[in-house]
Amino acid sequence: MTGATGKPAAPVGARPRGRRRATVRGRGAISPLAALVWLAPALLLIVGVVLWPAVELVRASRSRYSITGLRKGPAGWDNFRNVLANDSLGTVLTNTVIWVIAVVALTIAISLGVAQFLTKDFWGRRFVRWAVIVPWAASLVITARLFTLIYSYYYGSINAVLLDLHLITTPIDFLGSDKLIMPSMIAVGVFVSIPFTAYVFVAGLGAIPTEVHEAARIDGGSPWQIWRHITLPLLRPAILVASVMNMIYVFNSFPIVYTLNESNPGFSHDTTITFMYKLAFKSAEKDVGQSAAAGLFNVVIILVAVLVYLRVTRWRDQEEQ
Amino acid sequence: MSAPAISWRRSRPWALPVVGLAVGLAFLWPYLVMLLDAFRPSEDVVQTPPSLLPRVWKWSTFGEVLGDERFLAWLKTSLLVSVASTAIVVLVAVPAAYATARFRFPGRMAFLFVVLVTQMFSPTSLVVGIYREFFSLNLVNTYLALILTNAAFNLAFAIWILHGFFSSIPVELEEAAELDGCGRFATLRRVMLPLTLPGLVTATVFTFIAAWNEYVVALTLMLDDTKKPLTVGINSYVTGYEQNWDQLFGASIIAIVPVVILFAVIERHLVGGLTAGSVK
Repeated sequence: MTGATGKPAAPVGARPRGRRRATVRGRGAISPLAALVWLAPALLLIVGVVLWPAVELVRASRSRYSITGLRKGPAGWDNFRNVLANDSLGTVLTNTVIWVIAVVALTIAISLGVAQFLTKDFWGRRFVRWAVIVPWAASLVITARLFTLIYSYYYGSINAVLLDLHLITTPIDFLGSDKLIMPSMIAVGVFVSIPFTAYVFVAGLGAIPTEVHEAARIDGGSPWQIWRHITLPLLRPAILVASVMNMIYVFNSFPIVYTLNESNPGFSHDTTITFMYKLAFKSAEKDVGQSAAAGLFNVVIILVAVLVYLRVTRWRDQEEQ
Repeated sequence: MSAPAISWRRSRPWALPVVGLAVGLAFLWPYLVMLLDAFRPSEDVVQTPPSLLPRVWKWSTFGEVLGDERFLAWLKTSLLVSVASTAIVVLVAVPAAYATARFRFPGRMAFLFVVLVTQMFSPTSLVVGIYREFFSLNLVNTYLALILTNAAFNLAFAIWILHGFFSSIPVELEEAAELDGCGRFATLRRVMLPLTLPGLVTATVFTFIAAWNEYVVALTLMLDDTKKPLTVGINSYVTGYEQNWDQLFGASIIAIVPVVILFAVIERHLVGGLTAGSVK
């Protein structure tokens, strides 16, 4: 992708407004070669460790592999056809859509409240902020394994508490029931996504000048009106950043779905990411080629989803404002 | 002022901390369960009916884990990989972000677009390709492979955050420094870097945590037990053959502590970093 630096850029400097910006905020033009000195290390890393594996993935997706992972020759489009023909594909895609939308939407909603609270001034606020950070600091694998135990039918602490309080008479099988496993996984997904999101919102709230709220209060706005018509619109950039980052993280999230769903056979509760991994390492076929094809589908799906989301929310307009 | 407003004003000094305690516990409770599980024998963790508090207390878990050579090896890998990849990200992202924020050159937008796209590539989706690349380079099972992967996949976020920061600093400030006789690099080091410190802190912490918690690539690339990072290694405390839940959770807590401390130390900078970097 070294050609990227050689390609002509958008004629930013040609527009009068762009030129003014260039003198106010930038240092003006330099040659591509001079720019390369600054960008070369980054380009090297991106080309060497992100794009090269992407190319390898494309090559793998067009190859046939033995069950032990040895390349046996070209496969044309067979791997892609096989993935598309997989009986579970519909279920897996539906699961992915439910997983991403539910986790991101709930995370944003709850984090708005948490962030609002964390910006209040009260005794012990620092400790609460540290506590909120913990699910982010803990690795997803650890949290996921912890929750397999917490949710457990036999020895889970949720069941222990519910039984002790006599709210239920028999334990709930959170991870074994077809109805409950997705909500259970979503709950963990939301739980680990809140800290990052809340922190983005805390930052966004901090960027709103206090005068704006004071003016609204003097004008007689109720707290709800102020929040709905002043805070929320001013938080829009932060909400956009948080939702895009979360879409990417949640879509690509592996450990939660993989670990909590481990005891269930088949693909009925998998997302496209765990589906891809299982194709290579866990399914009956152990097919690296098919897994690579599925991996490519994943890259394309999230790319398109994010671009569509940015288009729908008119990200650019926001940047220009 | 209305009656509810007055009563709220009176109750606020104690009501908010109480709510704060509830919010804090909402985020901590699973890890408190984990801490309790680290203080009981493994058999007690998986016993029916479950009990919230240990039936038998066991105080030796942390000593066992810290005395376990495997654990120390995993800890070493995690520290080495996280520190090295974070250092690489900072060293590589700063010049790239500075150049794209300050200069206009052909390919600038193309570069920023490539960076944005790589943000969407996850090592998980590409794991087959990553394995094949490092296999052909004969780098499977090396720290270098893991360090490079963690650095490369966290670079995009760091560049974006720092790009936002450098763009927001008035160019006049730099010109003033140059008039005072600073060279370009001296300006970058003495004027720009101190002003972008919150952004640097944010980028550093994000990279460190992502590298510290990375799982799938390490699981695939690191074959030697002693070269695994904590996330992968500690899983061997509970397998089909041996079940040491107490040690798994004790080790997990030790793995969480450095990150929480790191967070606590830089929390104030972090909030500022996110404001200027990603939220204009």
